[in-house]
Amino acid sequence: MESSATPAVAVDLALTGRSCAPVGEEVRDAIVSIEGLVYRAGRRTIFDGLNLAFRKGQVTAVMGPSGTGKTTLLKLITGQVRPDRGRVLVDGQDLGQLSREGVYAVRRRMGMLFQNGALLTDLSVFENVAFPLREHTDLPERLVRHVVLTKLHAVGLRGAASLMPAELSGGMARRVALARAIVMDPALLIYDEPFVGLDPISMGVVLRLIRQMNDALGITSIVVSHDVHEISAVADCTYLLSEGRVVASGSPDELRGSQSEIVRQFMNGMADGPVPFHFPAPDYETQLLGASFGNRAAGGGKVKP
Amino acid sequence: MSTVNLRIDRLGGVRGALEKLGAYLLFAGRLLLASPRAVLRPGLVVAQIYNAGALSLALIMFCGLFVGMVLGLQGADLLQRFGAEEALGPAAALGMLKQLGPVVAALLFAGRAGTALTSEIGLMAATDQLSAMEMMAVDPVRRVCVPRFLGALIALPLLTAIFITIGLYGSQLVGVQLLGIDAGQFWSQMRNAVELDDIAEGMVKSVFFALAIASLAVFEGFHAQPTAEGVGRATTRTVVNSSIAVLLLNYVLTAFYIH
Amino acid sequence: MRQSKSIELATGFFAALGFAAMFFMVTQITNRSPTFGDAGFHLEADFDNVGSLKEGAPVSMSGVSVGRVESIRFNQGTYKAHVVLRIQPQYNRIPDDSDAAIFTAGLLGGQYVGLQAGGSETFYRDGGHIELTQSAIVLEELISKFLFSFASKEADQKTAPPAQSP
Repeated sequence: MESSATPAVAVDLALTGRSCAPVGEEVRDAIVSIEGLVYRAGRRTIFDGLNLAFRKGQVTAVMGPSGTGKTTLLKLITGQVRPDRGRVLVDGQDLGQLSREGVYAVRRRMGMLFQNGALLTDLSVFENVAFPLREHTDLPERLVRHVVLTKLHAVGLRGAASLMPAELSGGMARRVALARAIVMDPALLIYDEPFVGLDPISMGVVLRLIRQMNDALGITSIVVSHDVHEISAVADCTYLLSEGRVVASGSPDELRGSQSEIVRQFMNGMADGPVPFHFPAPDYETQLLGASFGNRAAGGGKVKP
Repeated sequence: MSTVNLRIDRLGGVRGALEKLGAYLLFAGRLLLASPRAVLRPGLVVAQIYNAGALSLALIMFCGLFVGMVLGLQGADLLQRFGAEEALGPAAALGMLKQLGPVVAALLFAGRAGTALTSEIGLMAATDQLSAMEMMAVDPVRRVCVPRFLGALIALPLLTAIFITIGLYGSQLVGVQLLGIDAGQFWSQMRNAVELDDIAEGMVKSVFFALAIASLAVFEGFHAQPTAEGVGRATTRTVVNSSIAVLLLNYVLTAFYIH
Repeated sequence: MRQSKSIELATGFFAALGFAAMFFMVTQITNRSPTFGDAGFHLEADFDNVGSLKEGAPVSMSGVSVGRVESIRFNQGTYKAHVVLRIQPQYNRIPDDSDAAIFTAGLLGGQYVGLQAGGSETFYRDGGHIELTQSAIVLEELISKFLFSFASKEADQKTAPPAQSP
């Protein structure tokens, strides 16, 4: 994060290569670490004793089938929701213990890219990128202009500064959102499904930007996605979540070589496997032969264990 | 079994309603507490006065004219039966100032500006704009809700004054130009009958209505389910709840003033 | 930038209109206010009783409105109500022996000042004083008068022998 920390991380990376923090052990260069996390939404337990660490200077991918709590994990890391038990440490600070102002202070060092950019629709591209500066700093207009144009240039959209968000394509909107996310020079950048709905060219651009931002600015990146092949190209480490647990971790190559059934199903996109094709339902034969379609007795039968 | 469920459902309904009321009151308190700080960024509020006020102006003027005209027409017809048509001025003025002006302007405002507020904030939530602000360490209540609340709060009393003024000209138009009531009588009788307190009553009412509509509209938008359907439902609730609130408050305030 | 300028303009216009409407209400709908313009000239008149005449009430001649009541004061020298009328400038040929009376318009209406033209060849000028005035009819006085006369008549009938009875 600080300029002095960057070389140290780089050396560390050179030693460890593209690898994950060992699960269950203390990780000294972690920017985010999650310890014994329990989180419930209503009666459903989403995480039950999750342990995870994100290392400084790395691009870490979090993958997993839909509904495994990837988005909830991001909300926990950004302090939008609080864990029922366990700790979420960002830069050594336990988010669960911080006040609202404390959480805000932590967030100022984070940037987040939402699925569809989440640009403010009533502001121009320039004003969108300038937004955090105007809210948090008192910089003179000349300096704001300078910073905003620099960031827009970094994502290749300096020429689009005067456009409104409605005039942008999906890929452009996401690049503007990226410029906005880095305008405060964050230590941590979080991407929520950054590839959804992009054409291959835009996807390539975004991928390249993720890697570039990470390395050039010394940022740590967390990418939540299920685009297996795209993410493999940039991630140093990948965690595969399923049913609220880390089922596999490692570099993309390690995951591809994994013998675990669920990893193979996910990496190869197989329709059926540990993640079943069928939604839990009563026995097919019984229901077809049974009295009626909406039969309560049949409907109340077996549920997913 | 089913009756037990039913009873629990009914209890749940009451509980849900109480929860919602509590959430609304807490939110309204939060809005009010955060409002003084909006003075630091007047530009944000001005933009919302434009959205809530200037954009409702044409509607308010048009409807004010016709409400005033019908008041003139019906009032004159009624008063002529008693041979008291020169009382049209006071009747129109008092009716307009105390009841029709604040209430009709508020109902129109709820339909025009209140729904716009709800759907705008709801759509911001649905497109993650509010979460994005949260992530940029910007409190969306302060940045989005408070300016809109204040803009609406300032706009409605101004709109009400315009509505009443235009309405009185409408009454005069019908009463004097069409039905031949003396213009001098119309205005002078009005002046004799109307006290400054009557004008203040109308304005006080419109401030209360503005408080109710603005806070309800912002609340519904902010707490709308972040989907297209959820925003639509929230918009409907804004109209229904603000209309009820306006009419209820109107009775309470009228009773208070008459007492 | 230009867009925000036009928004500011529209907002300013709206706010100005709103405040103008409020100003209109406070100054024109109620009589705590100057009346239409300064044009015209003043006439003064002293009444024994102005009843519920208010400032801003019309002044009429033969049923035509020719001016307004500008002020009503109590004159402690004469113990009368001193009323200043503002007459519109085009009515500059009102005979200077015309008289003023306070009437009630309709059943529910307010009171107004009626001028009755005299026969003089000279006319009122600004600041002229109307000598002949007739006070407002106060309903209570009227009723009590009526009751008194009724009572005394009845008393007369009782004391006097029924002379005309057959």
